[in-house]
Amino acid sequence: MVINSRFFNRSELLGFLALAALLLVILPLSLDIFRLNLVAKYLTYAFVGIGLVLCWGYGGILSLGQGVFFGLGGYCMAMYLKLEASSVANTKIQSTPGIPDFMDWNQLTSLPFFWKPFHSFPVTLLAILLVPAFFALIIGAAMFKRRVGGVYFAIITQAIAAILTILIVGQQGYTGGINGITDLRTLHGWDIRTDHAKFILYFVEVVLLFGCIVAAQFIRLTKLGRILVAMREQEDRVRFSGYSVANFKIFAFCAAAVFAAIGGAMFTLEVGFMSPSFVGIVPSIEMVIYTAVGGRMSIFGAVWGALLVNFAKTSLSESFPQLWLFGLGALFIAVVLAFPNGLSGIWADHIQPRIDRLFASRKSKSAAGMIADGAPAE
Amino acid sequence: MSDETKPGLKSPLRRKLLMGMAALPAVSMLGRPAFADVPATSAVNTTGLAVTDSEVTVGILHSVTGTMAISETGSVEAEKLAIEQINAAGGVLGRKIKFIQEDGASDWPTFAEKAKKLLVNDKCAAVMGCWTSASRKAVLPVFEQYNGMLYYPTFYEGLEQSKNVIYTGQEATQQIIAGLDWVNKTKGAKSFYLLGSDYIWPRTSNKIARKHIENHLQGCKVVGEEYFPLGSTQFNSVINKIKLTKPDVIYAIIVGGSNVAFYKQLKAAGIDLSKQTLLTISVTEDEIDGIGGENIAGAYACMKYFQSLDNPNNKAFVPAFKKMWGEKTVIGDVTQAAYLGPWLWKLTVEKAGSFDIDKIAAASPGVEFKGAPEGYVRIHENHHLWSKTRVGRAKADGQYELIYETADLVEPDPFPKGYQ
Repeated sequence: MVINSRFFNRSELLGFLALAALLLVILPLSLDIFRLNLVAKYLTYAFVGIGLVLCWGYGGILSLGQGVFFGLGGYCMAMYLKLEASSVANTKIQSTPGIPDFMDWNQLTSLPFFWKPFHSFPVTLLAILLVPAFFALIIGAAMFKRRVGGVYFAIITQAIAAILTILIVGQQGYTGGINGITDLRTLHGWDIRTDHAKFILYFVEVVLLFGCIVAAQFIRLTKLGRILVAMREQEDRVRFSGYSVANFKIFAFCAAAVFAAIGGAMFTLEVGFMSPSFVGIVPSIEMVIYTAVGGRMSIFGAVWGALLVNFAKTSLSESFPQLWLFGLGALFIAVVLAFPNGLSGIWADHIQPRIDRLFASRKSKSAAGMIADGAPAE
Repeated sequence: MSDETKPGLKSPLRRKLLMGMAALPAVSMLGRPAFADVPATSAVNTTGLAVTDSEVTVGILHSVTGTMAISETGSVEAEKLAIEQINAAGGVLGRKIKFIQEDGASDWPTFAEKAKKLLVNDKCAAVMGCWTSASRKAVLPVFEQYNGMLYYPTFYEGLEQSKNVIYTGQEATQQIIAGLDWVNKTKGAKSFYLLGSDYIWPRTSNKIARKHIENHLQGCKVVGEEYFPLGSTQFNSVINKIKLTKPDVIYAIIVGGSNVAFYKQLKAAGIDLSKQTLLTISVTEDEIDGIGGENIAGAYACMKYFQSLDNPNNKAFVPAFKKMWGEKTVIGDVTQAAYLGPWLWKLTVEKAGSFDIDKIAAASPGVEFKGAPEGYVRIHENHHLWSKTRVGRAKADGQYELIYETADLVEPDPFPKGYQ
């Protein structure tokens, strides 16, 4: 891939390469497959984080309902996998063979109409992208055209997350209820539960993640990205300059939704099930926290935030099963109080200047070396 | 102890001795093991589980944080008590049990992650854990894929059977049918109003109850059936409907915190449980702690265990539990079922003479535990337990008084014919 020097400036290029080295080389070589699969799970939240950087960090639209889109993407994938796992041969002990087990338990005797398209893999892939995008379009159009923004928008997204959870839990014959859709086995005939499959899925996910990073960077650097920032700072001035503010907001919100949905679909593949516990208010807020910890203005920060917070979550809960939630809470408070710009803020304030100095001194040193011609370095 | 010089652990005398110790766990003096007869690790562990010459590792996987912590804490306590007692009695095949505890955090994906960690990373020889059906459904594929062994303590909806799970609680028919027969026979009940929280267990249980009422009880009918979202606290409209339809029996499968609101509103609406028969399968002593004994006194519960059971095993178990976890703790049905897990595993390992999962799975059917606080249990071919069904009546002090128990053990039937 040719990286245009204007597309990534030096520090971004460094960040990109460091992340690529970590995810593609260091982690796969140093972790066993169980831990690598956990990293894959953490990275699914990085997709949501990247979307939030665009929509919240740049566009200033705080959505507390990204779990909705994560969940929609995840459920689309889970429906396809569940139908594949519920072949007539696998489900012959049921009263109605050939439909998912939870439908049978809820006395359904035929597959509901909205499940039928998910027999097809291409349709599923399209649905993963289009269903959340369409849903975001409706919410966005309804809100932004009426100039609902800020805190009110955040509250409404939260309400939508709550509504969708209640809907999924309540309609258990169609959705699997609170148990979610479990016992997923194969993707297009390929067993996703084996270690080998987990290894391949990890790399697929990392490649998709870099694709999303590049897409987000592209949006950020075009005129569109600058308009988003302008809208965040002075919405009225942008409007008076003749731009349709609502349309730009809708676009940012839809883009964030699509990123989240890709994360959700990968989550289903990596973890092997989907449940309403990813759709509700709590996971949605957690996703915002990952982004805040990583730094809401930094695309790479969002990835690091998702990785580190989830890593802390796993290791704290393994070491202190009774107390870990307190430790995690303290960590969030500490980060927000001490470093309001998150990890990327620490990077920009403390580490970046040193690197710059290092480069600068190296340059001057090599220049000096040329003049002194072989003088020993101090 | 002449039998201890013989290498064969399957010797009947030794097993009888172990059973005796199970019944009297406080007697730890008998438990000094003779390490001379400890079988070699290479012989009892051929699949690389965490077994050494002196130790064997098991996992405990429950929620100790989040909304389910209040229910699952009792199970954790019971499992730790059982492990301590087994260790005091000489361990399993001469090896002390070491446990690794993980927190499922009331979150189903976390359960799956931690189950995988316990099996793949820690190589646990067995895992005691899970509470809700949702958490069990989340970990089941993990246990089947990595060939682990789960001892699951909660009464549940059935419709499941796995080589890799031993269900130490009741499946739905064991809890429902005998109770309905009892209330029909002794109370002459003809009309039933079914209530439940809205998820798989109450729905499946009420389905079985409805089929039994309509097809097997003479002249009986269901006059209403309603479900409420988990955590719901508004029951006034259904209480009004109950007052209008005047059912002989209110059959309630409401879970968790909703119970507090339901029983208080029932009382406030003037429904006196000493006159109106109410039968529940979801309120144990643990829930009464939250509801308040005075609000539920008079209600009937159909379980397999009550803290007040009068038998020698339970008389040893209750004080041991309170000594370890405090005088104020109460012991509900699931807590007792969780206590069975480590013991059944130990007995199965010693029957199989091996820690290998495949051998344990094969050896499980027929394993009997005579020291169970509920009396006596035996593992069925379908990996559920044969156990008695009991009906108790709630008293104002938060305890149940035993009213009825089945004469024989009830066969577990997770896929009941004619009830689906």
